[in-house]
Amino acid sequence: METVYENGLNLKATELRLGLPGTDNESQTQTSSPCVKNNNKRSSSEMDTEKQESVSPPPKTQVVGWPPVRSYRKNVLQQQQNNPESDGSGMFVKVSMDGAPYLRKIDLKFYKNYFDLLKALENMFKCNIGVYSEREGYNGSEFVPTYEDKDGDWMLVGDVPWDMFTTSCKRLRIMKGSEAKGLGCNL
Amino acid sequence: MGYSFPEEALEHVLWFLSSDKDRNSVSLVCKSWYEIERWCRRRVFVGNCYAVTPEIVIRRFPEVRALEMKGKPHFADFNLVPEGWGAYVYPWISAMSVAYPWLEEIKLKRMVVTDESLELISKSFKNFRVLVLSSCEGFTTDGLASIAANCSNLRELDLRDSEVEDLSGHWLSHFPDNCTSLVSLNMSCSGSEVSFSALERLVARCPNLRTLRLNRAVPLEKLPNLLRRAPQLEELGTGAYSAEIRSDIYSNLAEAFSFCKQLKGLSGFWDVVPAYLPAMYSVCSGLTSLNLSYATLQCPDLTKLVSQCHSLQRLWVLDYIEDSGLEALSASCKDLQELRVFPSDPFGAEPNVFLTEQGLVSVSEGCPKLQSVLYFCRQMSNAALITIAKNRPNMIRFRLCIIEPQVPDYLTLEPLDTGFGAIVKSCKELRRLSMSGLLTDRVFDYIGTHAKKLEMLSIAFAGDSDLGLHHVLSGCDSLRKLEIRDCPFGDKALLANAAKLETMRSLWMSSCSVSYGACKLLGQKMPRLNVEVIDERGPPDSRPDSCPVEKLYVYRTVGGRRIDMPGYVWTMDEDSTLEFS
Repeated sequence: METVYENGLNLKATELRLGLPGTDNESQTQTSSPCVKNNNKRSSSEMDTEKQESVSPPPKTQVVGWPPVRSYRKNVLQQQQNNPESDGSGMFVKVSMDGAPYLRKIDLKFYKNYFDLLKALENMFKCNIGVYSEREGYNGSEFVPTYEDKDGDWMLVGDVPWDMFTTSCKRLRIMKGSEAKGLGCNL
Repeated sequence: MGYSFPEEALEHVLWFLSSDKDRNSVSLVCKSWYEIERWCRRRVFVGNCYAVTPEIVIRRFPEVRALEMKGKPHFADFNLVPEGWGAYVYPWISAMSVAYPWLEEIKLKRMVVTDESLELISKSFKNFRVLVLSSCEGFTTDGLASIAANCSNLRELDLRDSEVEDLSGHWLSHFPDNCTSLVSLNMSCSGSEVSFSALERLVARCPNLRTLRLNRAVPLEKLPNLLRRAPQLEELGTGAYSAEIRSDIYSNLAEAFSFCKQLKGLSGFWDVVPAYLPAMYSVCSGLTSLNLSYATLQCPDLTKLVSQCHSLQRLWVLDYIEDSGLEALSASCKDLQELRVFPSDPFGAEPNVFLTEQGLVSVSEGCPKLQSVLYFCRQMSNAALITIAKNRPNMIRFRLCIIEPQVPDYLTLEPLDTGFGAIVKSCKELRRLSMSGLLTDRVFDYIGTHAKKLEMLSIAFAGDSDLGLHHVLSGCDSLRKLEIRDCPFGDKALLANAAKLETMRSLWMSSCSVSYGACKLLGQKMPRLNVEVIDERGPPDSRPDSCPVEKLYVYRTVGGRRIDMPGYVWTMDEDSTLEFS
């Protein structure tokens, strides 16, 4: 690398070029160096025109500090304060997942349907719950959502209409798929 | 020649100058004006606590009554600055406790404030009146208790967005019975439950209380007790806005709100139960500021609420408001100046609300005074940005966060260069810009060419080469703060524009391509810059010079290198021998 500072003017750097990205090899990073801890989302090999035409977004990895939301805001959804009892103020139920070290609490009133609830659970526990079918339950899924109803029985989430579910559900448990056999209607 | 202007007359004139810029200009006229000015400067603002030392400030300005200071770089808000980085206020408090016995105000942002510091403040300054800790950390409720107990003339205690370790809620009870001077109390960041009766008595005996921001633990059914004792309140932050649905609680609350005829600003609203919203409708028409950014209300409730706030100038809200709610906002709130829309589900893979670029376009069309925007969304188009630019040439702050990095214009799949280019071209007074989405070097060309009043620029996952950075550093005449993450910017542009860095407050670059060698070179050549390498992999010396550093923070300073760096920060020195702290 030239000692550009000594020269003062680095004409190459000041040159206004509207060339397509990636056509200037000098500006690429040394990704071959073993010391590079590349948490750059964009590596130099991606600086070509194909990238711009591609429709698919980059892979979803957890990037530190992105999106730029302060930590006290991040918890707005999950950290609903403990408001137990009465019907006006929420339907908080505990959620456990097999293998997870601690429980969570969610407000069933917050969700409109099973789809929203399951998506939220998948996000919260970073697991794959899959799709419900009346005949086969969650057959084949890695994790199966179950709940304890007012009678103390353990039921498969999705069997009863949503409104009935929210009023009868006392707690949720996300079971490992291998242990959930027997809850589906048709096994 | 030969007339002399009496010093006393000049001093009297200077008394009326409050702006730092004006006072700085005055002090450059000649040596005697410099002298006169420095003796009568009462307020000092230090934008970067490491740009100067307490000793230098005290030596130049012996009669200061108010200090305002900022510490960590802005990206510390998003966990990009590791723990223990610095920005300790104690050395300042310690020096000022001796030099400024008449200090009245301390306002800090992003600094580490210990209980020791708070106790020293409370005991050193007999006339202490104002303490504002914005996004600070390092203290506990014990430190607050010292302030409450010892600052007999306290007017303002504002802990906005700070992190306080809650050892006990009893700190509030330390305000003595004869403390009646409070004008502003913001304890919204505190988690612990304070003694409600102590709070009630405090509010009752402070007739000048204008601002009261409660914490989440204060129950809604008790809020009327406070409102009745402070009907003169102008700014209120509620606690949790939920309770059992009971008509007596409701009517009590509604009545209490109706007595507060001066209310201009509302915030809080944690855990909102929609049934209790109408209780506050009576104050809506007078509200100029509304912070609903914790309120998990759905679109219909939000829409109904904001549609009644015809005087609204500032709205902070979650994206539950959706495009339709923003359209209603644009129809109802013609005085709106500032809008911030926060994401309810920032880490969700799929959109969970109907909020798109259209919401922002509507507001830009309907609200002629809109000048400050922070908007989180999942899709954007050049067409929308061009429309917004055309509608609002008066924009001053424009911060757009498209949640997924490097997402292109969703209609054309092109980069968003032309859209942001339109913004900087049209909004000639733009002072702050944050960009996102797919962006090439082209957008930086536009910025360097047009954004002549831009003071702060935030860039992430953007650009193709050093040319991008070069456009910004060489073109943006007013640039003071530049923060960059995950961009392919390297050594060339940085070194070619080294002199520019002395005209700025600071530069932050993380996960870019700046080599250790270039950092050393910069540090050697620019003695009035502190070039700090942050690298948690161990000493940069143990890697080749060509290896990029993890993070780089460069700032101008007359204070020399700092002496309180943690083990993962290295200063690039003039003599290029690295000293480990």
